[in-house]
Amino acid sequence: MATELKRTELIFREDIDHSALIRKIMKMGKDSFITELIESGLKGRGGAGFPTGLKWKIVKEDPNPVKYIICNADEGEPGTFKDKEILEKASEKVIWGMALAAYITGAKEGYIYIRAEYKYLSTKLKIAIDRMESHIRTLGINFKLGLIFGAGAYICGEETALIQSMEGRRGEPTNKPPYPVNKGYLDRPTVVNNVETFVNAMIIADIGAEEYRKLGTKASQGSKLFSISGDCSKEGVFELEMGMTVQQFVDEFGDGDTKAVQVGGASGFCVPRKEFKNTIIGFEGVPTGGSMKVFNSSRSMYNILENYLIFFEEESCGQCTPCRVGTQQLLHGIRAVKRKEKPKIYLDELLRLAYTMKYASKCGLGRSVGNAFRSIIENFREEIVY
Amino acid sequence: MNNIVNIVINDTPLQVAEGTSILHAAKMMNVHIPTLCHHEDLCVAGNCRICVVEVENDPNLVAACATPVRENMHILTNTSKIRTARKHILELLLTEHNINCIKCSHSNSCELQHLALEYRSDEEIFIDLRKPSRTDVSSYAIQKDDSKCIRCTRCVRTCAQLQGVNALTMANKGNLAKMSTFKEKPMAEVVCTNCGQCINRCPTGALTERTYIEDVWNAIYNPKKHVIVQTAPAVRVALGERFGLKSGHRVTGKMVAALRAMGFDSVLDTDWSADLTIMEEGTELLSRLKKVLVDGNTSTVLPMFTSCSPGWIKFVEHIFPEMIPNLSTCKSPQQMFGVLAKTYYAKKKEIDPANIVSVSIMPCTAKKYEANRSEMRDSGFQDVDYVLTTRELASMIQQSGINVLTLKNETYDSVMGESSGAGVIFGATGGVMEAAIRTAYELVTGREVPFDELRITPVRGFDGIKEASLLLENTTEEYRFLEGVELKVAVAHGLANARNLVQAIKDGLVSYHFVEVMACPGGCLGGGGQPIPTNIDIRAKRMDAIYKEDEKMSYRKSHENQEVLTLYEEFLGKPNGELSHKLLHTYYTERNRY
Repeated sequence: MATELKRTELIFREDIDHSALIRKIMKMGKDSFITELIESGLKGRGGAGFPTGLKWKIVKEDPNPVKYIICNADEGEPGTFKDKEILEKASEKVIWGMALAAYITGAKEGYIYIRAEYKYLSTKLKIAIDRMESHIRTLGINFKLGLIFGAGAYICGEETALIQSMEGRRGEPTNKPPYPVNKGYLDRPTVVNNVETFVNAMIIADIGAEEYRKLGTKASQGSKLFSISGDCSKEGVFELEMGMTVQQFVDEFGDGDTKAVQVGGASGFCVPRKEFKNTIIGFEGVPTGGSMKVFNSSRSMYNILENYLIFFEEESCGQCTPCRVGTQQLLHGIRAVKRKEKPKIYLDELLRLAYTMKYASKCGLGRSVGNAFRSIIENFREEIVY
Repeated sequence: MNNIVNIVINDTPLQVAEGTSILHAAKMMNVHIPTLCHHEDLCVAGNCRICVVEVENDPNLVAACATPVRENMHILTNTSKIRTARKHILELLLTEHNINCIKCSHSNSCELQHLALEYRSDEEIFIDLRKPSRTDVSSYAIQKDDSKCIRCTRCVRTCAQLQGVNALTMANKGNLAKMSTFKEKPMAEVVCTNCGQCINRCPTGALTERTYIEDVWNAIYNPKKHVIVQTAPAVRVALGERFGLKSGHRVTGKMVAALRAMGFDSVLDTDWSADLTIMEEGTELLSRLKKVLVDGNTSTVLPMFTSCSPGWIKFVEHIFPEMIPNLSTCKSPQQMFGVLAKTYYAKKKEIDPANIVSVSIMPCTAKKYEANRSEMRDSGFQDVDYVLTTRELASMIQQSGINVLTLKNETYDSVMGESSGAGVIFGATGGVMEAAIRTAYELVTGREVPFDELRITPVRGFDGIKEASLLLENTTEEYRFLEGVELKVAVAHGLANARNLVQAIKDGLVSYHFVEVMACPGGCLGGGGQPIPTNIDIRAKRMDAIYKEDEKMSYRKSHENQEVLTLYEEFLGKPNGELSHKLLHTYYTERNRY
């Protein structure tokens, strides 16, 4: 197995004429491009991994005359900061990616839902938006793009909660179905994609599905930005090909004493050292929205888990029982075990509860709280108990 | 037209309309799925998750209430995975819930408690998360105890969707998520109309009425006090539910007997003052019509709104204060009764009004607030001392040791105990309108309303907003100015409907002469003080009972009520006369909008 990491340089490439690219797609035809997008295998880069081509296709085929394109820039997963980097360095590409989605689906309006901490980018974004709008008008496409700022709730990164928040409601996930592609913002068909997904759509428009598919693996095509932090030799945002093993990653970024890697942030999985070699980073193994946190042996896994659970206890929207009360029980539970107020077998009860949260929660937040919990408890049980 | 889809629930195939929820489909084949946040009257929330079921090929469980069936869906409702999840969810709720059930007045209607018994949740698996909290007792009508809240949001949905009031809302998130008010202000300071619909739909005892049972018993036990009681029309068609009778079973005579046996000195009827209300309000309407149509008086406005429902009154004061001039100045039947009890009744019975304690039994929680309004003291005393809900009356009957079902029917005392069918139908949406039309039409034309058996069907039923019009022809001399006028009326029930109607009137989209609004769905029969649970079937049965009660009355029109006529003769003079104005009419106050 090759130990070298394949780096890619697609996302921040600067030599793209966006307007020309749109013209190319216009010539190619909407349906052909959707086919191209589907063939590219591009999956949503926010973490959930829904096939992007399919999402656009559903919205395109909806007869509703009003549709919306929304860019989810509410980057809130602990340890993720790659969308910020994209918006700083390649905002044009995001905006043009949204315009492309608008052209394909027939939407006339779009919004970037951006976390309030990124407000400093608004002038820059507005200038880029103005430029895109006037350019695209010359191509005969009307697309208006606006900015909406979040109010700091992690849950608003969940697409239905995001839409609720945009509509001025309490940011809470709604029942699915209906899905946003059928009934999204203001009950209209809506594409909600991550910042990086729009950029990838532009990359595919540029290099084509065949080229794109050469990157990555069968289940995880293309490249991806990783936000790397923790006990590492180098930290920051790196564009890497999908499908590497955690071992490969650690060899490159670890500090030589890596005990575990948290892939996918607080809602992701904790991979222990013994699993590094046979865990692939990607949809066939551990998926990630980009967050990679590296922990060395000086770290207490108990503290890490407790920290995550404090985060979830606060950031659950609080509407559904498994998530609202479950997160509290997990947190209080490990504390009680640590303090010897509960026997260590209580952890098994909590593991069963974590499964219930996974099965029965209303949205992805509650369903994924158990990921970190289970992977840490199962692999580092002694650190929790003693 | 919905497509029919084939599904399988627990190996039994079933055909249902596409879009039906799994919960509903299961119910159709008598498969029970437990629920907490679900309520038939409300939109789907899908947040308690107790109704989770398994769907083939779905790794997760889905909420039966929120998931529509689709072709070839295979659903399982009783598996190990489901049972574990439900039990966990129940246990989780119980770790937050104040389980002091013995001390909870909603113990008998608590859905959480029923579930805990069903699942034999006798051991605490998880850690106690209960937080100390203080019950909000600021309101005269509604108490809010956060320690019992399970965040099902039924109250929030009731307040927003059915009532359009939005006094209650969810605040905060995560472990701090709670049902709250604007900036967590006390219930007495917010836009709450005291309608109590939230109480009727709360699955636990987090929202309850403020109770005055002890005060009433103390008054009864006090030999110096002359304690009188009035009972509202909708109480008699619902009280039986608390004693195991079917919805819609009328218990008027037994209720009167029970009240007498409990020690009330005089058992009287709000229906009597409902008839009186018609005399006053009908006269007010006719005089408003004259002012507008004949005198061209610009300070008089139409349509005139009814003022019997205190929830509706407070709603207008908060939300549409600019429409206050449209409200009839008539007090509600409860308050007309109250003020006359301590004036007319006291005089007639030669009792010092200071020694009269006036109690009313209402299907309503807003009446508790109304009785405590500072302007409701025209007798020189608080006109109505204590207001009890139908539920509280049931508790008192139980406490008294009386087996109400074995009592012989008795009739109301006199005076202020006689009523017509028109007074009875005040308990149903459209009833005030019907009663008013029965009298006003006859007053104006000298003839009975042109409806079979006096049943004015266009204003009956459960449509959110009902409209009717009536041509006034061959009028009597006094009302010649109404000749050829088409009297246009509208009826709304549930404040969300009222909001839409008032907005349409304000926007000039519709115009009427007279509008009846009842704050609660179905009118008083669906009031916030009625037995729990409530749903459209129960309300429909209560409504049938109201109209049956009307038809059995010997008088069906308010102006035929002999005791009301005597009142005018002996005491008030004439409707809208000077004394009437002093005692039976009131004014309204603009209030904040939060």
